[in-house]
Amino acid sequence: MELRKSYFADQRKDDLHEIGQPRPRSDSPGHVTGKTAYFADRNFPGMLHLKMVRSPHHHARIRSIDISEVEKHPGVVKVLTAKDVPHNVYTILILIQIGPEDETVLADGKVRWKGEAVVAILAETERAAQEAAAKVKVDYEVLPAVFDMEEALKPGAPIVNEYHGQNYYLYDSGECRKVRLGDVEAGFAGADHVLEQAYQSSPIEHAPTETTGCIVAPEGNDRFTCYTNTQAMFFTLDNASIILQMPGNKLHFVGGTVGGGFGGKVDVIVEPIAILGAKLTGRPVSFIYSREEEMQISSPRAAEKVVIKDGVMKDGRIVARKVTGYTDAGAYSRHSPYGAQKGAGHYPGPYTIPNVWIDTYCVYTNRTPSSAMRGFGVTIGDFALEVQMDKLARLIGMDPLEFRFINAYRDGDMKAHRQPTEGAALIECMQEASRAANWPVAEKYLSMSSYTKGA
Amino acid sequence: MAKVPVQFTLNGAEKAEFIDSGTTLLNALRDKIGDTSPKGGCHQGTCGACSVILDGELRLSCLTLAETCNGAAITTTSGLSEGGVLHPLQRAFLDAFATQCGFCTPGMIMAAKVLLDHTPNPSRDEVVEALSGNICRCTGYEPIIQAVLTAARSNSQHAA
Repeated sequence: MELRKSYFADQRKDDLHEIGQPRPRSDSPGHVTGKTAYFADRNFPGMLHLKMVRSPHHHARIRSIDISEVEKHPGVVKVLTAKDVPHNVYTILILIQIGPEDETVLADGKVRWKGEAVVAILAETERAAQEAAAKVKVDYEVLPAVFDMEEALKPGAPIVNEYHGQNYYLYDSGECRKVRLGDVEAGFAGADHVLEQAYQSSPIEHAPTETTGCIVAPEGNDRFTCYTNTQAMFFTLDNASIILQMPGNKLHFVGGTVGGGFGGKVDVIVEPIAILGAKLTGRPVSFIYSREEEMQISSPRAAEKVVIKDGVMKDGRIVARKVTGYTDAGAYSRHSPYGAQKGAGHYPGPYTIPNVWIDTYCVYTNRTPSSAMRGFGVTIGDFALEVQMDKLARLIGMDPLEFRFINAYRDGDMKAHRQPTEGAALIECMQEASRAANWPVAEKYLSMSSYTKGA
Repeated sequence: MAKVPVQFTLNGAEKAEFIDSGTTLLNALRDKIGDTSPKGGCHQGTCGACSVILDGELRLSCLTLAETCNGAAITTTSGLSEGGVLHPLQRAFLDAFATQCGFCTPGMIMAAKVLLDHTPNPSRDEVVEALSGNICRCTGYEPIIQAVLTAARSNSQHAA
């Protein structure tokens, strides 16, 4: 690995001697000896196993739930339904005032996606819990469902989530997040070419080798220790505290060792119900997703649709960009309103464009709730933007890398969301990429700098 | 439920337990005996995280019934280091940055050990083939392959 220290040398005091040097990871000795303690490596005497009964329908009203046969099943210790959960309707980001609370811990009167948790069974063995789950009788009235974002936004579409009242997240800016700079229509009118393209993606599952789960042990002092592989310890602790109406000092979370997360373990799904089970039975509880649940139930990356319309001049300048982005939250918000908002800030790309219009919608459908995954809100957007950049370059017969040099943002340039650019390094990265990839560009681009004033 | 006796050696030590008939070797090792180095990633034989060595052969402990292991010699990753000294494969995984989240690592090391026990100087293709049943979702395959090749070289130097 080669480190070019010449770039931005005036901004640094240190000599960056650690970068490029191998340093041992503190966790590797545990990994190679099998000593690293993942949450599931704990075992407690008398531990119960929790299995979830899930909705077989995408959208249905629950007429009744009959658990009489389940409670008689050998090995079953406790059966939980919505009425057992102290604060059953929650939303993760309420901690940072992003509401409304829109998701049930256990379904109450309605299910909004196929796989939604309805009844929790706690039994002496996994097998007993599994067998008992088959004896839960739920009477469903199936409702019309909607799976396509644009269909969901049409008048008359089935309402997915009554806590929102419409099939999109209502931002303080209205039905979508909006970014406005200049006059985008005037920009298109004056452009040599206009190109509009649509890009879309399907949900993507993180598929960590270690499935989502937790083990909860009741302590003698009325506290509960929760061993978990959450990626969001404090979000989980605080949301568990809200859902269980239990002060945080009663909850002791132990974690930080995660067998692969990639964003798939930031939701608050398994811990509150497992803690509730431990509280109501006085016994340790293990709730671990099966591989099937990890693939079908855990939140994937959202499906997205991105429509990009650009006005470009023959000399390579992009003069106008209009983007409409759609993020498929599935049936519940989780982290998707934030993801769609990130997209709004991101769609201009690392380029300076004088006229910008962006709308991003967070849309509710009867699909598996989506949430965080590696750069969610911007990763699919970057795919769309950079494919669009290549298409624009081809349209005007320009080298795609040189086209990016012409439009690259530089220090002091005003971004579409009114933040002046600081610390830009795109030009320098592209100069190195040009050399490393042996993709030559004209000399004038190699002498450009992200500094717009003398360094 | 009727219990059945099982007896085998684990990393050289005698173990005997009464288990429920139908218990997998993975669950017997983890829940009864307390060796949690084999991991349960899928419980359906597709991820390789539960790999152990049984009488010299690589086995998926999640698909192996414990009651079929009577009299067997079982090796797991927790038993590889001796006297606090890492096995050459463990050392190589450490030095090559071949671990990230670490969940697949014990299974990877088991698969690699069986390969090197049978083929002390494997080609890169042979390493890839030997690890093909083990999934690393952090996708750190390249350093893992390099670690196995490095361990093979260090073994042959010791032999010479």
